[in-house]
Amino acid sequence: MSTQMLTYLFVGLSFALYIGIAIWSRASSTKDFYVAGGGVHPVVNGMATAADWMSAASFISMAGIISFVGRDGSVYLLGWTGGYVLLAFLLAPYLRKFGRFTVPDFIGERYYSRAARIVAVVCLIFVSFTYVAGQMRGVGIVFSRFLEVDVSTGVIIGMAVVFMYAVLGGMKGITYTQVAQYCVLIFAYMVPAVFISIMITDNPIPQLGFGSEVNDGSGLSVLQKLDSVLLDLGFSAYTEGSKSTIDVFAITAALMFGTAGLPHVLVRFFTVPKVSDARLSAGYALAFIAILYTTAPAVASFARLNLVDTVHNTPYAEAPEWFANWEDTGLIAWQDKNNDGIMQYGAGAALSPTKPTFTQQTGTHGQRLLENESTDVTNELYIDRDIMVLANPEIAGLPGWVIALVAAGGVAAALSTAAGLLLVISSSISHDLLKKTLLPKITEKQELLYARLAAAVAVCIAGLFGIYPPAFVAQVVAFAFGLAAASLFPALLLGIFSKRANKEGAISGMLVGLIFTFTYIAYFKFVAPELNTAEFWLWGISPEGIGTIGMMFNFIIAITVSRLTSKPPQSVIELVDNIRIPSGAKAATHH
Amino acid sequence: MSTNNTNNREYWKANLRLLAKLLTIWFIVSFGFGIMLADWLDQFSLFGFKLGFWFAQQGAIYVFVALIFIYAWRMKAIDRQFGVGDDEDQA
Repeated sequence: MSTQMLTYLFVGLSFALYIGIAIWSRASSTKDFYVAGGGVHPVVNGMATAADWMSAASFISMAGIISFVGRDGSVYLLGWTGGYVLLAFLLAPYLRKFGRFTVPDFIGERYYSRAARIVAVVCLIFVSFTYVAGQMRGVGIVFSRFLEVDVSTGVIIGMAVVFMYAVLGGMKGITYTQVAQYCVLIFAYMVPAVFISIMITDNPIPQLGFGSEVNDGSGLSVLQKLDSVLLDLGFSAYTEGSKSTIDVFAITAALMFGTAGLPHVLVRFFTVPKVSDARLSAGYALAFIAILYTTAPAVASFARLNLVDTVHNTPYAEAPEWFANWEDTGLIAWQDKNNDGIMQYGAGAALSPTKPTFTQQTGTHGQRLLENESTDVTNELYIDRDIMVLANPEIAGLPGWVIALVAAGGVAAALSTAAGLLLVISSSISHDLLKKTLLPKITEKQELLYARLAAAVAVCIAGLFGIYPPAFVAQVVAFAFGLAAASLFPALLLGIFSKRANKEGAISGMLVGLIFTFTYIAYFKFVAPELNTAEFWLWGISPEGIGTIGMMFNFIIAITVSRLTSKPPQSVIELVDNIRIPSGAKAATHH
Repeated sequence: MSTNNTNNREYWKANLRLLAKLLTIWFIVSFGFGIMLADWLDQFSLFGFKLGFWFAQQGAIYVFVALIFIYAWRMKAIDRQFGVGDDEDQA
């Protein structure tokens, strides 16, 4: 069977599985819809959280980024895992004890204020939509390369599947499909990683493989070889960082605290039966996540080494099949600067502007010709970072079924995260905005209907983002973390650990954190992108890391304003006392 | 009521003490070994990796997983010691 047929088969089978689960686990109450009835086993919830968490960015992009930036990529590995420690220690158990349906629910009640609830809803929708748009791009990439359909068709197919289980099944449907999606995506990630690790180092464990000796008789380890190969080509060494320590520190912190403040992750811990289960479940979630996150840096280094080996100084006419396939998608381009018919790879951007624009003609060697100007460097190749994971099995020459499996895994990763995000968006609209604010009179049945309607609308908007990606999307996804860290995290943390924190403090803190961070990012990314260099940054901190400073401002403002204004009412102090002890936790309720 | 309150306050203090210890370890392995001390640690080597590099891309993650399970396990004992656990509910 051809790779193409296998890909259709694998992706089709996985879709059938997700839809089957959705029909089997249909939600019948708002409690089923919002928190899966509150009876999910901690291991199951951990696995679903892991799938929810590991998005197209983790599956497709992360290893690709690390592959190109080497050591600087550590910020993503540390940031996106370290946040779970904060989640398990500081938030998840207490929010579970609180026992309601949404994150704005907690902020609204703890700060006894409708305004605080609305501010939280705004932060949540902003963070979640920027994030969901990124997932849809991932789905588009996978479909356009592997199913050879139009990106739009691909996105519509993907959205139809999410629609089925998110709208019908709510949290209950999503939880069980996410378990299936975790299995698909982790298998799809590990199989090629193990194969490639054996091919390069004879060591079947990728986590150890990328520190082992390359089996080419050179006596160098993978990382040593990579360092020397890259230095020869004019890059900096793979294991040396280029960012300043303070910037690495700030970016890592923004990602960690942002992770702990992400609503679609927090809400997963509302679904387990007990407080002690919430603690344990965060541990399982991180363990399942760590399997992929410790493999990613290994995949990154193998992929880079293979890439250089395969393309550098190879005549275009002899380039492997995958090269032309990816060239067709526009994610790879080659400009024969010295007219020798041979591809030279090296440091620096090959093209100006950096991203390729293709003319409709092909050159003497069959390559797609470009409108871009040449740059002065000898590098002739444009390679998009997002292809590294997807192309890796092809670059390494693995069999067709492995390539098909990776396609199914990429789709699973993107869909599981999209579904989780759509659910928090729809529940914050139907529950926080309608039931708790605008239409308090609606019955549970009506609320459930509104929840389904909101999910359906959110699916359609996300689909539009996928088909017509706004230019800013790719740039802002990483900033969703900074915004979550600067707005939601301090309000949640103080709500639990400080009895003195009141509504004036929380609202002003959230607004200052959000506005400061948003303005700083918008200034350097959109208003004055030419100034986006270390010498103009505040204390040398890049827009990616500024969420950390925004978070500190939020804390300082929230604490100071709380001290200067009146204490929260006795009922709120009792609420805080109550959520601090595990006993007496009931399943999430409506009242 | 007041003994109950004192008990809960002591429970909360025990929780905070445990958190302080574990968060210190969390900080040292990630921001310490993985970032601030990474360059110095790189002179040592583990499984063929430079040590600072290993902590930033592997080691810290393993420690994170362990920390959460240690917290869940220790808190279960503290819950029981102060009689505020959630097992009692089911009786």
